[in-house]
Amino acid sequence: MKNILMSVAVIYGLLGTTSLTADEFSNKNLKHWKSEYQFVVKEGRKVFTNPRLGSNTVTCNECHPNAANTHPETYPKFQKQLGKVVTISEMINWCIANPLEGKKMRLSDPRMTALIAYITEERRGVNLSPGKH
Amino acid sequence: MERRDFIRSSSKMVAGTLLPITLVEVAFGMSAKPEEKQVEDFTFAFISDAHLQQIKGTKFVRNWDMGLKRAVAECNMMSPRPDFVIFGGDLAQLGKAAEIDHGAEILSALHSPMKMMMGEHDYYLDLGEHWQKCFGDTHYSFEHKGVHFVVLNSILVDEEWTNKWKNPMARMQTMAGLDDPNGSPFMVGEAQRQWLKNDLKDLPKETPLVVFSHSPLQKIFKGWNFWTDDADLIQDILKPFDKVNVIYGHVHQIQYNKINNISFNSVMSTAWPWPYPQSYSKVKPTYLPKMTIEMNRADPFFERDATGWQMINVHTGRTNIHYQLPNNKNRTVAYNHKHERPEDIDFQEKKIPSQEHY
Repeated sequence: MKNILMSVAVIYGLLGTTSLTADEFSNKNLKHWKSEYQFVVKEGRKVFTNPRLGSNTVTCNECHPNAANTHPETYPKFQKQLGKVVTISEMINWCIANPLEGKKMRLSDPRMTALIAYITEERRGVNLSPGKH
Repeated sequence: MERRDFIRSSSKMVAGTLLPITLVEVAFGMSAKPEEKQVEDFTFAFISDAHLQQIKGTKFVRNWDMGLKRAVAECNMMSPRPDFVIFGGDLAQLGKAAEIDHGAEILSALHSPMKMMMGEHDYYLDLGEHWQKCFGDTHYSFEHKGVHFVVLNSILVDEEWTNKWKNPMARMQTMAGLDDPNGSPFMVGEAQRQWLKNDLKDLPKETPLVVFSHSPLQKIFKGWNFWTDDADLIQDILKPFDKVNVIYGHVHQIQYNKINNISFNSVMSTAWPWPYPQSYSKVKPTYLPKMTIEMNRADPFFERDATGWQMINVHTGRTNIHYQLPNNKNRTVAYNHKHERPEDIDFQEKKIPSQEHY
């Protein structure tokens, strides 16, 4: 009994250190998160137009104005030329390695996140259609 | 030569071609009514949008170089040999003297005489100084075997935008970014419009007229400068003529249209293809000519894909175009005299769903 009481005390103690309204967020939070997201989208546009992303000064927007024809909403999909189902990151890396003649990025590279944020933002409102060709 | 024969002999040539590039061959055959035969048959080739891009020193982007070299090589193999070759603008990517010189060197291998046209990528670094030193005037006209040809410089913008930059490379890079919101809409401008009026003043109205421009002389999508601001005014100047054909570069894709008496045709790029404007989902509506059936989506894994070449047969004074496309069925866009418009005779009904642009 003593042990149970102690456990209850410990649980109450834990609850005491966290808020009972942990799942709620304020407008201030929303504004902050949105601005963080928008910042990364803008960074993505910079990467998308950066002649130093690859090795040959070619930029992503040379072939994809406003990220058109990148189809982020269709991934993952079977990429017939790679012979398997891939995510958009793998296709981005293919572009960096080939038309841009550059080095592939780690998938956790912040520039990769930024690129995906930018091209997905340009497709805002388009239905998700994984697997679509 | 009969049109059929022309197509047949052209097909033979195509069969010997492994990779297509942007090349337009135009044939002026005899009139539909033999008694009206006024025009001697001849062909010319159209190469456009090479975008040669300097990396450093003598290093250039391989892919774009190969596109232009291929075009030059195939052009030299054409039979009959074209009377002349028109280059449709954007020889350079960032208007650098090194890029323009590099392009001039590759083009110098052509066996046929050259006619040059200015694109925005050739212009906005030094406002055309080096280009003009190499190639001469940016607008001019010439007669060839009964056809009147006009070359316009359609990539000018207002002086305020042109002169607001302290750094010419910043101006060039802004204009080079097709989707850069800080760009400015193209125009031919008042001076050239006056020149064009004068040039056409004494020309008989039945003379076949071919006008070359870099940007479309019609309004399609302002956001990517698939657009010429004074297009309507130019169309008015061309209105009195019976048979007017406008052929333009810049858009890196198949487009065709007819506005009044003018038929419009685009040519493809030797460097890379562009998506159709309506595939930019944030912009609606776009003004892609309603008649155009899109070309298939490009396969990025095949670097010459969707850079194609076209033969244009202006046999009856209207354009019939035969597109030779890699990895795709060839297409024909022919003028339907009954419907009085260009139509894609086969592809229109057998559209491949997976190739839709979206």
